[in-house]
Amino acid sequence: MYLYSLTLQRATGAVCAVIGSFSGRDSKKSSSSGSSSSSTQEIAVARGTTLELLRPDPETGRLRTLLSVDVFGAIRSLAQFRLTGATKDYLVVGSDSGRLVILEYSPDRNRLDKVHQETFGKSGCRRIVPGQLLAVDPKGRALCIAALEKQKLVYVLNRDAAARLTISSPLEAHKSNTLTFSLTALDCGFDNPVFAAIELEYAESDRDPTGQAAEQAQKHLTFYELDLGLNHVSRKASEPIDNGANLLVTVPGGGDGPSGLLVCCDNFVLYRNQGHPEVRAVIPRRADLPAERGVLIVAAATHRQKSLFFFLLQTEYGDIFKVDLEHSNDTVTELRIKYFDTIPVTSAICVLRSGFLFAASEFGNHALYQFRDIGRDVDVESSSATLMETEEGFQPVFFQPRALKNLYRIDEIESLMPIMDMRVANLFDEETPQVFTACGRGPRSTLRILRPGLAISEMARSMLPAEPIAVWTVKKNINDMFDAYIVVSFANVTLVLSIGETIEEVSDSQFLDTTHSLAVSLLGEDSLMQVHPNGIRHIREDGRVNEWRTPGKKTITKVGSNRLQVVIALSGGELIYFEMDMTGQLMEVEKQDMSGDVACLAIAPVPEGRQRSRFLAVGSYDNTIRILSLDPDDCLQPLSVQSVSSAPESLMFLEVQASVGGEDGADHPANLFLNAGLQNGVLFRTNVDMVTGQLSDTRSRFLGLRPPKLFPCIVSHRQAMLCLSSRPWLGYIHQGHFLLTPLSCDTLESAASFSSDQCSEGVVAVAGDALRIFTIERLGETFNETAIPLRYTPRKFVILPKKKYLAVIESDKGALSAEEREAAKKECLEAAGVTENGNANNGDQMENGDGQEDGAEDRNTLPDEQYGYPKAESERWVSCIRILDPKSRDTTCLLELQDNEAAVSICTVNFHDKEHGTLLAVGTAKGLQFWPKRNLSAGFIHIYKFVDEGRSLELLHKTQVEESFHYCKYRRDENQLYIFADDSVPRWLTAANHIDFDTMAGADKFGNIYFARLPQDLSDEIEEDPTGGKIKWEQGKLNGAPNKVEEIVQFHVGDVVTCLQKASLIPGGGECLIYGTVMGSVGALLAFTSREDVDFFSHLEMHLRQEHPPLCGRDHMAYRSAYFPVKDVIDGDLCEQFPSLPADMQRKIADELDRTPGEILKKLEDIRNKII
Amino acid sequence: MQASDRFNINSQLEHLQAKYVGTGHADLNRFEWAVNIQRDSYASYIGHYPMLAYFSIADNESIGRERYNFMQKMLLPCGLPPERDED
Repeated sequence: MYLYSLTLQRATGAVCAVIGSFSGRDSKKSSSSGSSSSSTQEIAVARGTTLELLRPDPETGRLRTLLSVDVFGAIRSLAQFRLTGATKDYLVVGSDSGRLVILEYSPDRNRLDKVHQETFGKSGCRRIVPGQLLAVDPKGRALCIAALEKQKLVYVLNRDAAARLTISSPLEAHKSNTLTFSLTALDCGFDNPVFAAIELEYAESDRDPTGQAAEQAQKHLTFYELDLGLNHVSRKASEPIDNGANLLVTVPGGGDGPSGLLVCCDNFVLYRNQGHPEVRAVIPRRADLPAERGVLIVAAATHRQKSLFFFLLQTEYGDIFKVDLEHSNDTVTELRIKYFDTIPVTSAICVLRSGFLFAASEFGNHALYQFRDIGRDVDVESSSATLMETEEGFQPVFFQPRALKNLYRIDEIESLMPIMDMRVANLFDEETPQVFTACGRGPRSTLRILRPGLAISEMARSMLPAEPIAVWTVKKNINDMFDAYIVVSFANVTLVLSIGETIEEVSDSQFLDTTHSLAVSLLGEDSLMQVHPNGIRHIREDGRVNEWRTPGKKTITKVGSNRLQVVIALSGGELIYFEMDMTGQLMEVEKQDMSGDVACLAIAPVPEGRQRSRFLAVGSYDNTIRILSLDPDDCLQPLSVQSVSSAPESLMFLEVQASVGGEDGADHPANLFLNAGLQNGVLFRTNVDMVTGQLSDTRSRFLGLRPPKLFPCIVSHRQAMLCLSSRPWLGYIHQGHFLLTPLSCDTLESAASFSSDQCSEGVVAVAGDALRIFTIERLGETFNETAIPLRYTPRKFVILPKKKYLAVIESDKGALSAEEREAAKKECLEAAGVTENGNANNGDQMENGDGQEDGAEDRNTLPDEQYGYPKAESERWVSCIRILDPKSRDTTCLLELQDNEAAVSICTVNFHDKEHGTLLAVGTAKGLQFWPKRNLSAGFIHIYKFVDEGRSLELLHKTQVEESFHYCKYRRDENQLYIFADDSVPRWLTAANHIDFDTMAGADKFGNIYFARLPQDLSDEIEEDPTGGKIKWEQGKLNGAPNKVEEIVQFHVGDVVTCLQKASLIPGGGECLIYGTVMGSVGALLAFTSREDVDFFSHLEMHLRQEHPPLCGRDHMAYRSAYFPVKDVIDGDLCEQFPSLPADMQRKIADELDRTPGEILKKLEDIRNKII
Repeated sequence: MQASDRFNINSQLEHLQAKYVGTGHADLNRFEWAVNIQRDSYASYIGHYPMLAYFSIADNESIGRERYNFMQKMLLPCGLPPERDED
């Protein structure tokens, strides 16, 4: 069995993020400020194995993805730097490749280019191979890459005569038996670069059996100086530091600040510098935090302006603190920590110069915030000046989280991280199945319903007097930004709506309204054309109307037009061709009798700088499409003919770039595609040769039950195509790829692009008797989602197929139950009024003074999604069982488990006697502990019966099983309780799925997917054996089963797979194995059906491995074989990078495969279409 | 030291042991072996972010805290070393 692996939804979580001016472009708006540093900023986000570049749009406040590249390696750290005097930032990537990679973003070609790749060690995430920690000198002169233990390498960065970046060979700064917690570079202006690290030495503790050395183990803050003159790194100083230290943050220096470091420790923030006394302040704690818990900083960002700088530090509970330093020259006198706001816990926060804050959430959706203030108001504050030390230690400062005051959320990026469980099913009876995913953690848990396709957001919907048959939009002048009219045609009238502040009917448009229309468009520069069954009405800009009438009793049946050319088909099959002349008159040029009625017509758009387009496509009922010439010398003469499987219903020409273009426009020549919607529901696409008009390279795809009607529209400033079948599809270009994706909305009758003041790129469509205006969102996404909030981390769910309900079990460790939380909240509110602590009182006064009307109430309704649940003792569990109706999104039943029980497994069971019908079984564990030893005080199985139409649950039976919790499973075949075969490798399974009689698919926690199959002869033997292999089993073999299964497929996904299911995502498509991962990606493995395809794709994969090695330096084959050698899986994600290669390399690879690049693209498209 | 000594198996092993932390030797005791395995495991958990996220979901801690805990555990991953025999 050979499989094709394809990621359907790339990982949505974020590992780390940095900000920089990677494009090096000046922003249009900031030129007024005149500052040299006013270039646009982009955010580079590492999402596990993909690297993304995001740019916030300062006008709309939305984040746009510029680029997303799969690097086939684990990205562990990112850093950005700029050479002195340059305007562009480079991106440094620390990964598992054992190499340091420096990337440069090229905005013209919209790609990341590898500038340097320096090998320093073995690949893989190893203890002593650098890659985990990365620091760059603020002046861009040197960088340091470090491992968790021992190794640190320093590279000197410089530029050569041609201003290209150069990198030195590495300088070693190793220290054996030493762990590194954090690494950063000091800002020391143009003095020698200095790096600082939090280090802990363990050699003594390993040798001392009394434990004294371990107790006295002391973390040190170590400074490494790079002497640029001597080209040498020296360990300059090593000072003892608080043993809770975990993170270093650079303090601006060199004239902008005092230089030095912020050292974030458990509960404290310190200011340190060489030869400077320590300045310490305590991090304020939430009032409801248990005393034994510390407060740890997990993310930090620095904001620098000319005259001011401050730091934003986020704690593990989500609270952000603003840190200010009071300093004179290089001496820091006071460190102040002030409560700023609370947002969900992040893995990285970035402050943008344009006044935005990007929060890459560690679980759940990411967000973009706008600054409303920078925390100048009075708030709970702790300072080094007021630090109080008592016998019990430092006096804590308390605060209560409050609603957002300084930040304001303006955009959200959806993240599925982590997918805990997933099912594919068609519960809504739609055309394609839905993917149900249980995502998120704790209070931010959701059940998300994913549907393949793009989301639309409806802006307006209005009812029309009758059912319209078609809709158009027209501009009055070609140079206008926005459309002027919406024209709606009914069966025998035409309605004209004018677009302004509002959309209203007008009668002064000169359009003929007593008949239905066949086409409405802008003609020439500024005149309008309406084609109706009896003629063509040409409305000049000054109001004059020219009318061309059909001869005799003939009527116009079909029209094709572009800006300068019009072709009509009369009943009986006569074609008449018009052209616009110099004076703006529409002149009849040529006539041609076709043999029969014309089914549809289309003219290609006028090429840039030309007078006319050369191609006319005519579809006939004899299942052919003809290309006719429109050149004056061979006008309406056939150029080529294509026969199709069914009569064409609609035709459209669309230009498609075959390769990656620039960020905004492309310099690659475009390919002209003729698209045809056939009556059997197939969309037929074929390439038109720009010179000869020959058709080649055809592709077809079934879109739906109705014949697709094609309409042009605009998507991200480029021509795109709407195909309206039983559901609408959008064909558009995204990051250089042509994508054909369904839209998530009902059947539409007719559509046109729409552009107005409020909505620059929308679509107006008619469906039934409604006129709808909508925009298309989140381009490039495979799925769109609807979320239903849950209470705790979802662990598993089952679908109850009869009632189409979901049963979800949720549980959380170390949290309080709903009632306890309510009680605690009340208590807290009462306590807040009478706190003795001066600081807390201070904060309280602020809240009272700030807003009497919302003060108390606001705090009562703080959403848990934003603030998180209060922490309880770590051995406490809360859990609930929920029955959910996904259609109405209602929870019909919610049972909270009592007494420290956690639900861990769920399934439906049918008992022998069938007295109660289908029952729900929930496995629970009481007092579950993972550390120091995995144990639990009791395990139960609850059996519930469905009552009240399955909406509610009744407890039937509760049994106690004293058995240990099995975490580690062995592969076992069939449902037999004796193990007659097992795997030769023990694995920590995270998901498993039954594939066929002899085969199981499994995924382990190291990110591998494998298939294990019972050998055929063994399977037969067991079938025939009357004892079912029992005798052999009793004999045993080296403590294992007598037989071993064969692992027939091995693949490293690079992400913990949490769920596997065999399912089909498209109607009538073959089944593939769908998986979901912790990082929130969804992928599929499809079995190849022909040997030919296997050969083709394995060769393509091989060539891509050679010609286009992964961006971050990891060898592709080694990555996919990280734990077990990859076996019989072809990596579709690598193959799909083929279109992004330069055209000459595409040709080279295609030649080696004896194909054309177009054929390869078609193959890639075909196989993707088999999956989704 | 003679030139040939540099290439004999013992000095090569010593060189490996110095260069690659965790390379075993004939006299490695059970405790040292376990300590190495544990440290390698923790380093791998920290390096593979999805795995770190997986653990932090089980523990209901933030990923930052989980990483810090794992780092701290690298100090004494297997508890105190056993008493050495006198020889």
